[in-house]
Amino acid sequence: MRNTTYLPAVAGLALCATGAMAETPVLQVMTYDSFVTEWGPGPAVEAAFEAECACDLQFVGTGDGAALLARLQLEGPRTDADVVLGLDTNLTAAARETGLFAPHGVDADLDLPIAWTDAEFLPFDWGYFAFVANADATPVTSLQALADSDVKIVIQDPRSSTPGLGLLMWVQAAYGDEAPALWAELADNIITVTPGWSEAYGMFLEGEADAVLSYTTSPAYHLIAEEDDSKVAWGFDEGHYMQVEVAGKVAGTDQPELADQFMAFMVSDAFQSVIPTTNWMYPAVTPAGGLPDGFETLLTPETSLLLSPEDAAAKRDAALDAWRTALSQ
Amino acid sequence: MAHSAVPVTSRWPGVAAAALVLVLTLGTLGAVAWRAEWGGGLAAADWAAIRFTVLQALLSAFFSVVLAIPVARALARRRFRGRSLLITLLGAPFLLPVIVAVLGLLAIFGRGGIVNEGLEWLGLEPISIFGLHGVVLAHVFFNMPLAVRFILQGWLSIPAERFRLAASLNAPVGRLLEWPMLRAVVPSTFLVIFLICLTSFAVALTMGGGPRATTIELAIYQAVRFDFDLGRAALLACIQFGLCVVAAVLAWRVTGNDPMGSGMDRVVQRWDVARWGADYAIIICAALFLLLPLAMIILRGLPGIFDMPGTIWVAALRSVFVALGSSALCVVMCLALALRGGAMVSVIGVMPLAASGLVVGTGAFLLVFPFTRPSDVALFVTMLVNATLALPFALRSVAPAVGQVQADYGRLAMSLNLSGWSWMRLVVLPRVRRPLGFAAGLAAALSMGDLGVIALFAGQSEETLPLAMYRLMGAYRMDAAASAALLLVALSLALFWICDRGGRADADM
Repeated sequence: MRNTTYLPAVAGLALCATGAMAETPVLQVMTYDSFVTEWGPGPAVEAAFEAECACDLQFVGTGDGAALLARLQLEGPRTDADVVLGLDTNLTAAARETGLFAPHGVDADLDLPIAWTDAEFLPFDWGYFAFVANADATPVTSLQALADSDVKIVIQDPRSSTPGLGLLMWVQAAYGDEAPALWAELADNIITVTPGWSEAYGMFLEGEADAVLSYTTSPAYHLIAEEDDSKVAWGFDEGHYMQVEVAGKVAGTDQPELADQFMAFMVSDAFQSVIPTTNWMYPAVTPAGGLPDGFETLLTPETSLLLSPEDAAAKRDAALDAWRTALSQ
Repeated sequence: MAHSAVPVTSRWPGVAAAALVLVLTLGTLGAVAWRAEWGGGLAAADWAAIRFTVLQALLSAFFSVVLAIPVARALARRRFRGRSLLITLLGAPFLLPVIVAVLGLLAIFGRGGIVNEGLEWLGLEPISIFGLHGVVLAHVFFNMPLAVRFILQGWLSIPAERFRLAASLNAPVGRLLEWPMLRAVVPSTFLVIFLICLTSFAVALTMGGGPRATTIELAIYQAVRFDFDLGRAALLACIQFGLCVVAAVLAWRVTGNDPMGSGMDRVVQRWDVARWGADYAIIICAALFLLLPLAMIILRGLPGIFDMPGTIWVAALRSVFVALGSSALCVVMCLALALRGGAMVSVIGVMPLAASGLVVGTGAFLLVFPFTRPSDVALFVTMLVNATLALPFALRSVAPAVGQVQADYGRLAMSLNLSGWSWMRLVVLPRVRRPLGFAAGLAAALSMGDLGVIALFAGQSEETLPLAMYRLMGAYRMDAAASAALLLVALSLALFWICDRGGRADADM
């Protein structure tokens, strides 16, 4: 097409421009919605990576972590995505089962409270689930104490939301076989269950509940972005369940080198320093400049709970049944 | 059609519209079923979900319709300043995105809401809004406006001549005119609202207070998102269609014929209504119930309306574009189907209501994905799907009007050899412009607030206003989200009002 010299000059120029564009390799990163918004990490990450890769980094955003996995399963081996970013350890077993992922090959010095050995999925940030409440309320100190109290909470549905699934696993990891009994005691504290995080958090901010299931890092948003120190996360004696958010390289990618480069970039300072105040999570590798001011005020749990991906997948259905039975009484 | 004389119009637009509806409802379901690996049947929890779904949908539809009848009657009988504005505003709840409406309702009925503050002031126990009663309350809040509009249209369609005749004969208006009209209008209104509530998911879960309020749509959501069990999703979607068919058949069995005949479209003057106090009391109660939550939404969103990020305004523009597109498409499809008439059209007219939003979106994704990048066609698919989803409401108000025109003027037109475009332009369009304007407005407004398909398809550059609002909430920016919600409500209502008004430009009411 570019040899068609008889075309008018303007059209010829346009075609040359398209040709030049086509030669810039495109790296497609499929991720969840809030990563790519203008308040999320997406724009800064894109600018930083494009500065060093001579490529075009394109984000494809879709729902939350669970929606991301469902989308990948729908697309199957035909997917255009080169990297999938935003799954968590409750989803990685199912993601691994699709057989769509290749080893990431990155050897990074991760700052996680737990050891990390997964060959296919590499963490980019992490956080602790916690109940967030107003600072002037009397703090509750454990899941059991919460169940015994008459504190009203709002939680998310594990069937439609990743934090909801996180709480399910939290209770499972802390109480094991006793989990159904704890859910039964918690039932009268739960005023309602919402489909997603936004509804629950919105209801809490409007005063509908005393506390909401969110993250230990949620008060950091209010403190740093709104200069409001009225929100705190309650520290629980049983320990706090972690959410570790990971990315994986798609095995069938047509840009394997770029995908590798992105995976390595993901644990570098340029990416990691953006995370705390855009994704409001802890970076997987603490950047050279340390964490932003305000993060030192956050709750640091003494015990970190996390089920392995295989364990989480194996226990999920039984835990969900117990949850549903206990809350349907 | 042999039994009545109807002027000839082209067949193919009706056939094309029917085909599109079938592709987007059964076709998408087929695409999902095609990709499924079939496993076991339904679990006990699924049966519980089905029972709860039907129960809450029946209760919600019942209360919506029963409460709407006196309101519609009061509005039909009274003339006052601001009546037309009030009728438009009363329609607002139906157009609200779920989460916005829920937060508005909680500001009234929630823990710190006006109602509980009042109870506390009186020294009474606070009430909890969460539970089956909360689900029904929220559904009535959403759907009663629709019922009021449909039933009000029924009242306004009784020709003034009939009222005069009744007055001169001193005949009972209620038994001779209003009861037959209600027999014709109420069953289909009940059906439409029953079907809307049948596919409810976020409202039922949030207001229902926990997993006992699991609906079929949530079970479908779980099957797709949580278990990636497309077979079960398809099976549940089939059950939803099955319930829809049963409900539709039952509704048609009890629907009466409209025996009113044609009139001269004059303003109804009523001789039979004396007790104006009761009518106004009913109107005020309905207005308080429907407008107070709306007022809370306005109060919440107003302070930040000019501090919103610029992308929100771009998203709003995109949403208006999608809304106008799907409104135009919906009106054309609706007219084409209404002109065809018949039982098939009645079936197609309710099918989109029974379709699961997630199955439609997932199926459309599976249909589109092999050919193009879903984000490239996101806005177009959103237009198509929204036009189809609004079709039942559009048909519900346009089809009877078209049928009436065909019955009343068909023979005259045949004798004048009037057909095709001339018949449409000279007779049909002028006589159905009021329901057509209503349908166009409703389609535009519904499409403004849609968060179904677009969430599955859109990338960053196809963001619509509801999606942007939801993303703001997801990024902790609740204040900006409240302002975006207010903008969304204002734009939806404005679009609705412009179209609806356009349809009534030279009408008396």
